[in-house]
Amino acid sequence: MALLEAKGMGVDFGGLRALSEFNIEIEPSELVGLIGPNGAGKTTCFNLLTGVFAPTEGDVIFDGKSIAGKKSYHINNLGIARTFQNIRLFKGLSVVENVKTAFHARMKYNLLSGILRLPSYWREETEIHNSALELLSVFDMADLADANAANLPYGKQRQLEIARALATNPKLLLLDEPAAGMNPSETQLLMDTIRLIREKFNIAILLIEHDMKLVMGICQRMVVLDYGMIIAAGTPDEIKNNPRVVEAYLGE
Amino acid sequence: MCLQVLPPRTSIMELFIAQLINGLSAGSIYALVALGYTMVYGIVKLINFAHGDVIMVGSYIIYFLARYAGVPFLLAVFLAMVGCAILGVLMEKVAYKPLRNATRLSALITAIGVSLFLQNAFMVAFRPDPRPFPSLGVEGSVTLFGDVTVSWLAIITISVSALMMLLLHLFVKKTKMGKAMRAVSEDSGAASLMGVNVNNTIAVTFAIGSALAAVGSALYASTFPLVEPFMGLQMGLTAFVAAVLGGIGIIPGAMLGGLLLGVIESLTRAYVSTLWSDAVVFGILILVLLIKPSGLLGKTVREKV
Amino acid sequence: MKPNFKMYFINAGLLLVVFAVISVLLQLRVFNPFHEHLIILVCINIILAVSLNLSAGFLGQLVLGHAAFMSVGAYAAAIFANAIGATGTPGLLAALVVGGLAAAVSGIIIGVPALRLRGDYIAIITLAFVFIVQSLMLNLNNILNVSEGSFLYPLASLLNATGGAQGMTVSRLTTFEAAFFVMVITVAVLVCLVRSRHGRAMIAIREDEIAAEASGISTVYYKILGFTISAFFAGVAGGLFAHQVFFIEPLDFDFVFSIELLVIVVLGGMGSFTGAIIAAIVLTLLPEFLREFQLWRMLVYAVLLIAMMIFRPKGLMGSYEFSVQNILKKFRGGRA
Repeated sequence: MALLEAKGMGVDFGGLRALSEFNIEIEPSELVGLIGPNGAGKTTCFNLLTGVFAPTEGDVIFDGKSIAGKKSYHINNLGIARTFQNIRLFKGLSVVENVKTAFHARMKYNLLSGILRLPSYWREETEIHNSALELLSVFDMADLADANAANLPYGKQRQLEIARALATNPKLLLLDEPAAGMNPSETQLLMDTIRLIREKFNIAILLIEHDMKLVMGICQRMVVLDYGMIIAAGTPDEIKNNPRVVEAYLGE
Repeated sequence: MCLQVLPPRTSIMELFIAQLINGLSAGSIYALVALGYTMVYGIVKLINFAHGDVIMVGSYIIYFLARYAGVPFLLAVFLAMVGCAILGVLMEKVAYKPLRNATRLSALITAIGVSLFLQNAFMVAFRPDPRPFPSLGVEGSVTLFGDVTVSWLAIITISVSALMMLLLHLFVKKTKMGKAMRAVSEDSGAASLMGVNVNNTIAVTFAIGSALAAVGSALYASTFPLVEPFMGLQMGLTAFVAAVLGGIGIIPGAMLGGLLLGVIESLTRAYVSTLWSDAVVFGILILVLLIKPSGLLGKTVREKV
Repeated sequence: MKPNFKMYFINAGLLLVVFAVISVLLQLRVFNPFHEHLIILVCINIILAVSLNLSAGFLGQLVLGHAAFMSVGAYAAAIFANAIGATGTPGLLAALVVGGLAAAVSGIIIGVPALRLRGDYIAIITLAFVFIVQSLMLNLNNILNVSEGSFLYPLASLLNATGGAQGMTVSRLTTFEAAFFVMVITVAVLVCLVRSRHGRAMIAIREDEIAAEASGISTVYYKILGFTISAFFAGVAGGLFAHQVFFIEPLDFDFVFSIELLVIVVLGGMGSFTGAIIAAIVLTLLPEFLREFQLWRMLVYAVLLIAMMIFRPKGLMGSYEFSVQNILKKFRGGRA
């Protein structure tokens, strides 16, 4: 059974149809690319899948449950994590605190144990502190743990955002243009990290990317959006030779 | 506000109409002041807490000019409009402009600071004692039909407010500056790229809002002829509620909200109790925010993610 | 991570020293009853400042109605104490719990609608709440003007006997000891709360609501939780206040007082406990010792508010905490 299945998902913003008839199936630990020109509806698609907006039509099934219209935090707790196109870190906090914050839903001690600092508090806090450092070391950031998140270089901020998303223990990770603003060598590094994440954490990834060449290299399947509609879907090779895709990208 | 003396032996219906007109008169002042809140919010997304205190400053200007300098009332009002407009621009340049890119929390705290500053600067300078506001020189009332009488003051208040709102409407719709204001409130970045001078436009918005508040202060203080440093607080809050009720950032919304609130308040005072009018005004605010946070005429805006 | 008992002992020891010194000075009459009154007011204002800091500094929601929660707590505690004829410190503590709970309930009632909305509206709704509470208190006697058969009659007659809500007489039960320890407990609870996973969730909301929600945190739940806890302690402070000044009226808890509390938090540092505590001490004592300052006080506050926001928006302390641990660290010159 597919991990995620969107069936005819669409949204209407006061008469403006931002996305319609969106269908997708993602298998566990599959890496799928979502591409399309600017304004094609890629981020809108992410916002619908993660509950930022509720879809006005269609349904989304994740792990056997309908998640259409559920709240963001709830969807995250069920196992979908995401990053944002315009990085949204907790800028006033340190790198490790950013990650620890995302462990929230996995921790169990209650309000009283926290205030009275009962043994469960110390145990779980120690656990997540270590897990957070471990997670940061995957991104070679363990030595930056106490740095302020806002002071990180751009590439590291994007990586921290991915680390934070992974801290919520997702089954599906949505990455919104993770390579935006990166230079070619940073981009290459990032693509290696994405591959690594998929192997190490064994999770499915849906990747929005603007640069088609880049996604081709690592995705098994791709979906192409234009004007809020899917215009093509298939393997990278099929997409490359699809005349509608070429037209959407190059114009007439 | 505006509990005018009613002649005896009026019927229930006539009393109701009289209260309605009182409410419209108070409401039209609220509307004038609400316009200032709404225009500023529309353009810089800031609740200008100090706007209510501009009314206080306007009243003091009229008071001093008319009382001590012997300036005719109408000229004093005009000078108060100029004075308040300058104050509005100054406020923006000194306190708000440095914070244009700061968090909303910082901007809001600054606005509270400006409000406190004006109130207490006037208290220190002129002592907290209330001073009698000079009379407009119109007294008496006219009988409309039956026993329904309306004071001249209410008629003047309603007509002056209506005139001001009409002028504002024409200004925003017809002039180049009005177009610039609408453009900046839509998207200040894009407006700037299209050659609109955003700083000037914001300054003009503050100036117009404050000048309208000065007209409001003349009408308000004529109805309640006392001038004191904290008089703007309650008036400002009520006008703000009016702006939210109509839909903050929307000019016709402020007018509608002001009139509605004035009528509701007047009827509460007449038929429930004067002690409850604050609770009713703010209760309405909470109800509106619960049911339709964007206000009666508002559209829902989504945050960009 | 494990409990650092040494630090706990040092902190507890320091607090006991402060407590002992003040007690001795009171015993020896070096501090007169007026000084004692001031010290109790300082304790009350510290409770108000740190609890407001939870909602304004850590949760990042501009609350202009902290005085209203205090008002609800003061009246609830006072009515309860009058009703059961509370005496002594146990009576006071019971009244404080009642005051805190009443304020917390009002916090939920006002928070549930307000916190669903965008930031600036919270400021306005809580401000409106100040006026609504005032209106309610001024009208309480009218509302409760019931005949003998009504189930509200006992409450109404109690109100009448104690002067009514417009000016209620309360027995004086607050002592320096009670105020000091309630203050210490409040600060300890809030510090521990902020440093738990629940506190982290609240801080995440301040930093970025959408990212917090996307990280699995229910922003609505934690906003309401933080807001309610903040209101609870404001209510406790209200109870202490009522039993200290022994006559309360609705205008004790007005909008201006709310703003003064906000000034304390803004000056001390949004998100710093020690900042809020120091600011609370200084701003409570300063006007008392500089009488001439009274007239200028609010004007100075206003200028400070504006200047702080322009030049140092995070407050004097920012989120820095002044603690024994941090000082020791500095002396050793190393990292922890």
